[in-house]
Amino acid sequence: MTGADFIGFAWTALSRQRRRTFLSLIGVTVGVAAVILLTALGEGARIYVSQQFEALGKNLIIVMPGKNETTGFSGVGGAPNDLTLEDAEALARQVTQIRELAPVTIGESLIAHQERRRRSTVLGTTEAMKSIRGLRVSMGRFLPEGAMDRGDAVAVLGADIASELFGNTFPVGKVVRIGDWRTRVIGVLESQGTQMGLDLDEVVIIPVASGMRLYNRTSLFRIMASARHHGDLEVVRRRITEVLTDRHEEEDFTCISEDSVAGAFSQILTALTAALGGIAAISLSVAGIGIMNLMLVSVSERTPEVGLLKALGATRFQILGVFLTEAILLTTGGAILGVCLGWLLVQVLVAVYPTLPATPPLWAIAMVVATAFATGIFFGLLPARRATDLDPVASLARR
Amino acid sequence: MIELSGVGRAYEVGGEVLHALRDVDETIDSGDYVALMGPSGSGKSTLLNVMGCLDQPTSGTYRLDGREVGSLTEDELSEVRRHKIGFVFQSFHLIPRLSAVENVALPMMLAGVSVAERRKRALEALETVGLAKRADHRPNEISGGEAQRVAIARATIMRPAILLADEPTGNLDSASGATVVALLEELNAQGLTLVVVTHDPNMAARAKRVLLMRDGRIVNRIAGSELSETLHRSKVLEATP
Ligand SMILES: Nc1ncnc2c1ncn2[C@@H]1O[C@H](COP(=O)(O)OP(=O)(O)OP(=O)(O)O)[C@@H](O)[C@H]1O
Ligand SMILES: [Mg+2]
Repeated sequence: MTGADFIGFAWTALSRQRRRTFLSLIGVTVGVAAVILLTALGEGARIYVSQQFEALGKNLIIVMPGKNETTGFSGVGGAPNDLTLEDAEALARQVTQIRELAPVTIGESLIAHQERRRRSTVLGTTEAMKSIRGLRVSMGRFLPEGAMDRGDAVAVLGADIASELFGNTFPVGKVVRIGDWRTRVIGVLESQGTQMGLDLDEVVIIPVASGMRLYNRTSLFRIMASARHHGDLEVVRRRITEVLTDRHEEEDFTCISEDSVAGAFSQILTALTAALGGIAAISLSVAGIGIMNLMLVSVSERTPEVGLLKALGATRFQILGVFLTEAILLTTGGAILGVCLGWLLVQVLVAVYPTLPATPPLWAIAMVVATAFATGIFFGLLPARRATDLDPVASLARR
Repeated sequence: MIELSGVGRAYEVGGEVLHALRDVDETIDSGDYVALMGPSGSGKSTLLNVMGCLDQPTSGTYRLDGREVGSLTEDELSEVRRHKIGFVFQSFHLIPRLSAVENVALPMMLAGVSVAERRKRALEALETVGLAKRADHRPNEISGGEAQRVAIARATIMRPAILLADEPTGNLDSASGATVVALLEELNAQGLTLVVVTHDPNMAARAKRVLLMRDGRIVNRIAGSELSETLHRSKVLEATP
C-alpha cells in the first residue's frame, strides 16, 4: 500500500462525510488563520519600525561618552574622559569615510520672548545636523557654517515653539532669551514631528559651542556622523573607535550604528511575533481534540470496515495508516485553507491600514503547517490505535 | 490443506466458560467442497473463522499447508489471509462508499499491486462474475445477488487456495442464490477449496462432503450425494398420498 493509496483511501472516507469533515476542518482553519494574521501584524510592526529607522538615515553612527552605559562602571579610571569638540574635529578630519559629522549637546531652559515663555529642550549642534537628520527650514535659515567652536548668539526654533512665542508675527531677526542668554532667531524649522524620541517641533537649536558655554559643559552629549556609503558603516565605526581610543588612551566611549539599534528593535518585535504565533498555535490543539473526537466516532462507525480490511489481509500498520492519514489530511488540509484565509484577512487589513506593512512571515507559515501536521499525528494516534486493536471477528459481526 | 486436531474455542462470558468449539478433528484436502450444517449457535461461523485465521483456537492445533497457525505472528497471519484465503460473508461486507471495481481491487491495494494493474484485474474479475456493466456502481446501486458476486470477485482476486463462505446465500432470493452457488462451484471446479456454511440442505447436498455440527462438535460426516438421496426420498414420500 503506497502513500498515494493511503491518501486516496482516506479521501474516499472524508469526502463521503462532507458536513462532518467541513466542521472539523473549520476548527483548524480558524486556528491557522489566527496564527497567520497575528504573526503578520507582528511582522508588520517590525517592518514599520525598521522603516522609521531607515527614514532617519541609514548611514548614521552615534558616539557617546562612557563605555557600555548599562553596566554603570566605566573602566578602572572612574569617570570617563569627556567627549570634546576637539575629538569631534579630529574625527571629522581623520576619518575620511565620514560624510557629515555633528557634535551635540543637550539641555533644558526657559525660552522667553517678551512676556511669553515656555520650557524647552535646547540642542547645541552645527550646520551639519541639517543634512544628517534631514531637517527642513520653513523661515530664515539653519545654523551658519564655520568652525565648531564659533559660539554665535543665534537660534533656530522648532515649529511649535515659534508659533507659541511669536503667534502670527515673523520670528526671524527677533531676540529671544534662553535662560539669561540673549540670542537672535535666524530660522524656524518645518513641522516634522518626533524622531528618535525627540520632538523636533518642540526644540531650540543653537551652535554647539554656545550650548556648552550655556550649560557649562565640558563634554558633548553625542557625536553623530553619517557615512559616505551604507557599506562603509562598519569601517567608519572601526575608524572612529581607533581615532578616539588613540586620543583617550582607552576605549571610554560607546559607538553604535543606527543599524544595531534598529536590529535590537527588530529582535524584540520578532520575539513578540513568535509569542503571538505561539499563543494562536495553542488554538490549534483545541481543533486537534475536535478531530480526535471525529476520528473516534468514525472508527466506531466503520468497525465492520476495519474487520473486513483485516479479513482481506490488512496489516496492523495498514489499519493504523488508514486512520492516521485521515487525521493528518484533516489537519493539514485545514492548515492550507487557514493559510489562504489568513492571507486574505491580511490583505483586508492592509487595505484598511495601508501604513502597516502587515505580511505573514514565511517561518510562521512553515511552522503552522508543520504544527498542524504534528497535531494530526498526535490526535489521530489514539483513534487509529483503537481501530488497529479491534478484534476482526467481533468487528465483522457488528452491523 | 486444512488440518484441525483437537481444536477448541472457548469464550469467557461473565465468569462462565462457553465452548463455541470442542475438540474438532478434521482434515480438508485442497480442492475439496465441504458444507457445514447445524443449528444456530452450533459453532459453524467460529469454525470457519478459525480456518480463515481470523480467530485463534484456545486449544488444539491448526495446521494450514503444514504450517502451524498458532505460531505465526500477527503480520504473518495477515499475509496468510491476504494470499491464501478468500472470505465471503452473508452480509456481503462491501465498503459502501467505494464502487464495485474499487471494492474488488481492495485486496490488491493491501498487497501492493500497482494501480493500473489493479483496475485491469478487477475489471476482468467483474467480467467473470458477469458484472462488467456494474463496475462503477456503488453497493447501494446494485442488487443483493450482484453484491454477493462482487464480494466473490473480491475474495478470489488474489487467487487464494481456500474460499470460505458463511451463509453466502442467506440474504438472497432463490434465483440469485442459485447464481451465486453456481459461481462458487465453478471456482471449486477450477481447484479452489470451498467451505460453505449453510442452513439450506439442498445447497449442502451439492457439496462433496457435509459436516454436521452441534454444540461446538462435528457430530456427523456424510457425503453430499447421500444427503441428496435422503432429500429426494423424503420428497418422494411427501408427494405420495
Ligand atoms: N465473541 C463471543 N463471545 C461469547 N460467545 C460467543 C462469541 N462469539 C460466538 N459466541 C458463541 O459461540 C457459539 C457459536 O457461535 P457461532 O457464531 O459459531 O454459531 P453459528 O453456528 O455460526 O450460528 P448461526 O447459525 O446462528 O450463525 C454461540 O453459542 C455463540 O453465542
Ligand atoms: Mg454463523
